Amino acid sequence: MKVHIKYFASIREAIGLSAETVETDEPTLAALRDALIARGGAYSISLTHGRALRMALNQVMSVESALLTEGAEVAFFPPVTGG
Amino acid sequence: MPRVCIQTVDFDLANEVAHLRDGDGRVGAVCSFVGTVRDRTAGTAGSISSMELEHYPGMTEASIEAMIDEAQRRFDIFGARVVHRVGLLQPMDQIVLVAVTSAHRGESFQACEFLMDYLKTQAPFWKKEQTPDGARWVDARVSDDLAMAKWGLDAPNLPVSG
Repeated sequence: MKVHIKYFASIREAIGLSAETVETDEPTLAALRDALIARGGAYSISLTHGRALRMALNQVMSVESALLTEGAEVAFFPPVTGG
Repeated sequence: MPRVCIQTVDFDLANEVAHLRDGDGRVGAVCSFVGTVRDRTAGTAGSISSMELEHYPGMTEASIEAMIDEAQRRFDIFGARVVHRVGLLQPMDQIVLVAVTSAHRGESFQACEFLMDYLKTQAPFWKKEQTPDGARWVDARVSDDLAMAKWGLDAPNLPVSG
């Protein structure tokens, strides 16, 4: 299935991309994260399990166990710092 | 009038409050909070020369709308408005406005604080400061998660260490 991924803030800077579309079989956000980490390089460093990372699915804050669906929009970002 | 506005331009507090009150004679209390850009982190005055605010278009607005819905459920308020700036800001610029109306002051005070605590931990914005040592992404604070916990909402911004 196609999944649209967005990156923000320091993660966007490290990876060098604000967005990409992937073709994936990964069933959950957690599995997708691991697949991206497996790419190595900046993906591995930015998305590693050692880091504070937040995720959204279809523009709603989400937990890692959330199920992905065709055409879903996923976002990875650091803890928020607005206000 | 929209309840949430994400914009690069500055806002006028008196104007925003006037619109929120909207000639509604039931309103006996208006509570507002304004957040501003400081020129320093803990320490040297003038150590921050500018700040850039990034957001997630679409999600940012929707998330704050949902927060206002939650405030309406929890507190007996008439209306709420949140304005949050994004883009490049300078020290002493206004960043955010939260304004709430109610019949009596208790509900407005509480709802205003609730909305700010909620926004600090859940609204997708990220701040980047320019300092003499270069650009620095601001870190999220444990104290903000603690502030949110007091409202009984368990949705931490920072991972719970354990």
